[in-house]
Amino acid sequence: MTVTIRPVSRPARTFVTQVYVFEVWRGLAITFRHLFVNLFRHTMSLLGIKGFAPGAVTIQYPEDPAVLGKRARTRHRLLKRPDGAVRCTACLLCETVCPAKCIRITAEDAPDPGIEKRAKTFDIDLGLCVFCGYCVEACPVDAIHMDANQVEISSFHRKNMIWSMPELLGDAPKRYDPPESIR
Amino acid sequence: MSEAMAVENVLFVVAKILFATIGVGLSIAGFLGWVERKQSAVMQDRIGANRAAILGINVLGLFHPIADAIKMLTKEDFVPAGAHPFLHALAPMISLGSAMFCLAAMPYGGVIQYAGRAWDLQPIALSEGLPLVLAALALGVHGIFMAGYATGSNYGLLGAMRGAAQMIAYEVCLVSTLAGILFIYGTLDLQAAVSWQARHGVWGVFLQPLAFVLFLTAGAAVTKRAPFDLPEGESEIVGYHVEYSGMKFGMFLMTDLFESIVICALITTLFLGGWTIPFMDLPAKGLLGGVLMVSSFIGKLMLLLFFLMQVRWTLPRFRFDQLLDLGWKNILPLSLINFVATIWAAYL
Repeated sequence: MTVTIRPVSRPARTFVTQVYVFEVWRGLAITFRHLFVNLFRHTMSLLGIKGFAPGAVTIQYPEDPAVLGKRARTRHRLLKRPDGAVRCTACLLCETVCPAKCIRITAEDAPDPGIEKRAKTFDIDLGLCVFCGYCVEACPVDAIHMDANQVEISSFHRKNMIWSMPELLGDAPKRYDPPESIR
Repeated sequence: MSEAMAVENVLFVVAKILFATIGVGLSIAGFLGWVERKQSAVMQDRIGANRAAILGINVLGLFHPIADAIKMLTKEDFVPAGAHPFLHALAPMISLGSAMFCLAAMPYGGVIQYAGRAWDLQPIALSEGLPLVLAALALGVHGIFMAGYATGSNYGLLGAMRGAAQMIAYEVCLVSTLAGILFIYGTLDLQAAVSWQARHGVWGVFLQPLAFVLFLTAGAAVTKRAPFDLPEGESEIVGYHVEYSGMKFGMFLMTDLFESIVICALITTLFLGGWTIPFMDLPAKGLLGGVLMVSSFIGKLMLLLFFLMQVRWTLPRFRFDQLLDLGWKNILPLSLINFVATIWAAYL
């Protein structure tokens, strides 16, 4: 990654800024400009006239989808090889590096003679996960990603926060057991 | 029975006072709660409160003040163990009550002729209206100090001390800025000040532009809202109302808004011609003139409130020494120079 330097000039403490009265009016000019420009844009969108920028940058989240950054770390996803087998070789590097100790892997022999072993179970407790992304960095076979772009993973039970391997692979839908009170 | 005590006169005075405190005060204060949220949101490129709805209809979030009021009224009214219960309850009443009195003493309109007799549209007509209003505004600080002292919390007391020291910073300036314009009007009666401006056809702001700016600044300090919200200081001490909850806290919140309305009403009366409309002889128009008077007064009031709200969301809070410097080293000398210049110009 190249480092870019952007020089920022420090505002000078001149007499005009020290007097403060003029700076008050400058600040008010900025906020009044924002107010009236945004009011104009809101009015135009209320009247249905197109061609103006939106008056606010607000995302109405539950109604509109959340906008996530390109590199946002979201829910984990396990990847498969081209032949459909699980990429994970159960090397336990992610389980070792995990600072929250939220990954549990059990291994078994892989049928493919070129691969020593594979994951039998792969559980991630998202109730413990701190979304640091170390597991993705540690993985030598690129088996785990954090790009499911799903952030709504809350649950009524702690045990429902644990995602098993088929769910992480996308083979099975996540099971939710709603509590007795709302069942 | 004297004429002043006649039944219709007493009823009219009660109606006027109710209009001033409930009609103007409470409704504008509730409306200001919405204005505050929306105006700050629009100037910061946000949308602002828009979720409160009745039957799925949310008129730009206008129902939020109602939701806020219901929330305030239904919350637990908690009095901490170390507090003085009586003073704890009395403090917000003093603050709000003194601000309400100020509203009732404002000249919302002049004297109009209707149904064969004269009606004075000022709720409490006093020949010494201005000193009484300023005294009642200063009384509001007692409520703050009492609140901070009665909560039994160190943070509350810190806020109370700040409130008292802030009063020292602005109170002298608040009165001294008015010296020049009172010298011109030659009266302490708010109604007479408006009729002076109506008679001479000139607003006070054109006679005393410097005093207008200075009084606006000192007046913003009276309201205890940013950039002068030192008694509250929500980021470091929560201030004098740290141990208040429910409607008692709501009364302190409303006091700030009421005091904003009072300051804007005072500026309207003394500097912006009060109920007058340029080039219109309102007292001669009867009932229509009365309606126009009140509308004109409240229109000017709302414009000033809009401006103060913008200032509140633009400027950061002053440090304490900056506030005292502003009051004693800047506003006070400038207002005295303004006063001397006024006298000099008057006798020239």
